Amino acid sequence: MSSLTSADEALHAFAADVGEADPIAVEGGGSRWQTGGVLHETARLVSAPDGIVDYRPEEMVITVRAGTPVADLCTALAETGQRSALPERGGTVGGAVAVGENRLDLLGRGPVRDSVLQVRYVSAQGDIITGGGPVVKNVSGFNIPKLMVGSLGTLGLIAEVVLRTNPTPPASQWFRAAGVDPVAARNAVLRPSSVLWNGSSTWVLLEGHERDLEHEITALATIGDFAETEGPPAPPPYRWSLPPAEAAALHREVVGDFVAAIGVGIVHADTAQPTREVDPGIAVVAERMKTLFDPTGRLNPGRNPNA
Amino acid sequence: MSLLDRFRRTSNVADPLVTALQHALAPDRVRNDGAERSLASHDASVFEGGVSGPVCFPTSTDEVQRITRIAVEHDRGIVPRGAGTGLAGGAIPLGAPIVVSTGKMNRILEVDIENRVAWVQPGVINLDLSRHLRPRGFHFAPDPSSQQVCTLGGNIANNSGGPHCLAYGVTDAHVLAIEVVLPNGDVVLLGGLDPEPGGYDLRGAFVGSEGTLGIATRIAVRLTKNPPAVRTLLLSFAETRDAAQTVSAIIAAGIVPAALEVMDQRMTVAVENYVAAGYPTDAAAVLLAEVEGLPAGVEIEADRIAEIGRANNATGVRQAASDEERALLWKGRKTAFGAVAQVAPDYYLHDTVVPRAALADMLEKIYEICERHDVIVMNVFHAGDGNLHPLLVFDARVEGTLERVHAAGAEIVRASLDAGGVLSGEHGIGVEKQGYMDELFSDADLDHQNRLRQAFDPTCRANPGKVLPMGHSCADIQALRAVPTGVWG
Ligand SMILES: Cc1cc2nc3c(=O)[nH]c(=O)nc-3n(C[C@H](O)[C@H](O)[C@H](O)COP(=O)(O)OP(=O)(O)OC[C@H]3O[C@@H](n4cnc5c(N)ncnc54)[C@H](O)[C@@H]3O)c2cc1C
Repeated sequence: MSSLTSADEALHAFAADVGEADPIAVEGGGSRWQTGGVLHETARLVSAPDGIVDYRPEEMVITVRAGTPVADLCTALAETGQRSALPERGGTVGGAVAVGENRLDLLGRGPVRDSVLQVRYVSAQGDIITGGGPVVKNVSGFNIPKLMVGSLGTLGLIAEVVLRTNPTPPASQWFRAAGVDPVAARNAVLRPSSVLWNGSSTWVLLEGHERDLEHEITALATIGDFAETEGPPAPPPYRWSLPPAEAAALHREVVGDFVAAIGVGIVHADTAQPTREVDPGIAVVAERMKTLFDPTGRLNPGRNPNA
Repeated sequence: MSLLDRFRRTSNVADPLVTALQHALAPDRVRNDGAERSLASHDASVFEGGVSGPVCFPTSTDEVQRITRIAVEHDRGIVPRGAGTGLAGGAIPLGAPIVVSTGKMNRILEVDIENRVAWVQPGVINLDLSRHLRPRGFHFAPDPSSQQVCTLGGNIANNSGGPHCLAYGVTDAHVLAIEVVLPNGDVVLLGGLDPEPGGYDLRGAFVGSEGTLGIATRIAVRLTKNPPAVRTLLLSFAETRDAAQTVSAIIAAGIVPAALEVMDQRMTVAVENYVAAGYPTDAAAVLLAEVEGLPAGVEIEADRIAEIGRANNATGVRQAASDEERALLWKGRKTAFGAVAQVAPDYYLHDTVVPRAALADMLEKIYEICERHDVIVMNVFHAGDGNLHPLLVFDARVEGTLERVHAAGAEIVRASLDAGGVLSGEHGIGVEKQGYMDELFSDADLDHQNRLRQAFDPTCRANPGKVLPMGHSCADIQALRAVPTGVWG
């Protein structure tokens, strides 16, 4: 049963800490502290509980508390040859889920939003709420986990998640070539884990069985002079999200230095993405969602993922 | 009142609601006769008690919006309907709402290879889309067994799965954007073609919401490249437990095949009598395993699977030698539900999920429960996901049978929860499992699910009375169910 047991003391202590009255926010690793607006200074800061609760490699699921550093999660998974979709940049698991940003090798890892099977959070009312379930396939009721991914803790303070894990492929290698069409590179191979492009060079991450990689390298060679390389380029600071075809059509003259994830649409650029209009119909639903989950606006005041 | 009287009465009275709808669409695309409404009152489940209002056949987003506004004006519920193949009663109308059939919204609007998406109307049939994409080297990955008839709108509403969702993920992972007519008549686009559209993931909330958050009118689905190499293995076992253990062992070995499907002996016998697909009928269970990708990796994984099977007492391991043989094996698997008709006239298909490691015990438990209730059970299921589909076959004309079927089903659902599982893997809650929701979730959990629903639909107009149980639903379920047939002209 996914209902919470009273034995889960760490979560109950967290709920007691959060309470039900004053403005409040969870402090994670601070790696994305400014995302979605500046936190009101009235907000009291709390920390989410940490630790790995249950890891079942044979089920490819792990139950982990929100305050656990992503680095610790990675270490635990690596011991049994697995990995997850969460980005490693010094933050916590809860922070990574609340921000919802994907890795640049999303093609290989899958998006964060598909990896959260179950979530437990402390509500504005101080209750511990469970959404989703601990198994890999589930349509039992409304999809609360999806709502929590990228919500910046404005609907509930994430306390614990069950994540889907994946086997780490036996071989993995980055390749780089200058002057090739990155879309052609993407199309030449079956399942690249990442194809990055900075306007002049293309990087391709291939993963899988050794002999499959050889096959894919041969395919890449037909479109350019790809050579092994250490890793991806350092991404510029601003993050954009574009339809894949638009990301592939970017020019340095327009956006400055950039690194674009081809076939995905995540772009890191030197300039910020022009603000996008929020559809008024969507804004109504989003505002209502916020009001229903957090009537007094006490959760992460100042932050708004919908702005 | 005789059926004929009811038919006359319901079809001839000039109801202002019907008049408004006919005016907004076209008279021939609003049906209010008893026959059409009776059809719209059922889906593929065994549930009775649905009462349909007028049935509309819009052709565009604009028309769906007009219907919705009329529903608001007349304070009537509104229920989207695809092919009606749902098994949890999701499309069954409660309280005589307007039924919106997507049958005439069945166009593939655009195939955008550059972004690897296709824009479709909700009434497009699942298999039609994959057929359309095949010449261009792509397909739509979710492949429910009902794919020859079920619609993409229904797939999205139920977050449907299929044998090949083990590696590729269920519908949710393949839906990028959805144009929705909200229950107040607003038209919005949820999600987007970009990977991080920002804001709350309302797209994610909509997928799997069983028609309770509005009507999908245009959908952007992800295209999946057809793999160059495929290997299909058929493993037979003398013990069902060994088949289940092989599944767990394959996953534990770090292999995620494209599909891992199990059928038990009663099922393979029925399938063989029906289509002669080449399954061994003397095995207690068979495991159909498929790996796909690049040639070398596929070889390696197929060999590993065969090895793991043998280590778990497989009595036979066969690899499909040709595309024809492979297609035939899949035909057998996908027509399994059709095959049961020869065993008994009625069936009740259950759908629960347990952790994969619990599969072997759970199967034994299912046999035990069904034997105790004197019900015949056949098993065919998505083993790789731990998604069980016990199929209880019976003859409803025999008095007391349906009661025994329901009693056995209830025990199976509870046993799945006890094993650490959930209520449904792909069919949804609908009306079927509302009564179990409070066994999986606390009051506060259900209250938050209702908040999500109300953010989209504060007046509880869309598919009222579904998913959330009485006491946690915004709808008055008792009142909805009390509307007798024929009350609404
Ligand atoms: C023989 C058989 C085999 C099956 N095999 C599988 C399987 O392998 N995997 C699986 O997942 N399911 C399976 N199913 C169940 C069913 O086919 C799926 O749930 C399917 O997705 C339903 O599609 P539909 O078009 O028939 O929807 P319907 O039954 O008409 O409706 C289902 C739900 O979707 C809602 N809905 C429909 N259209 C829209 C829309 N445009 N916008 C919003 N809501 C909408 C309805 O209100 C309802 O709640 C099977 C069913 C049968 C009879």
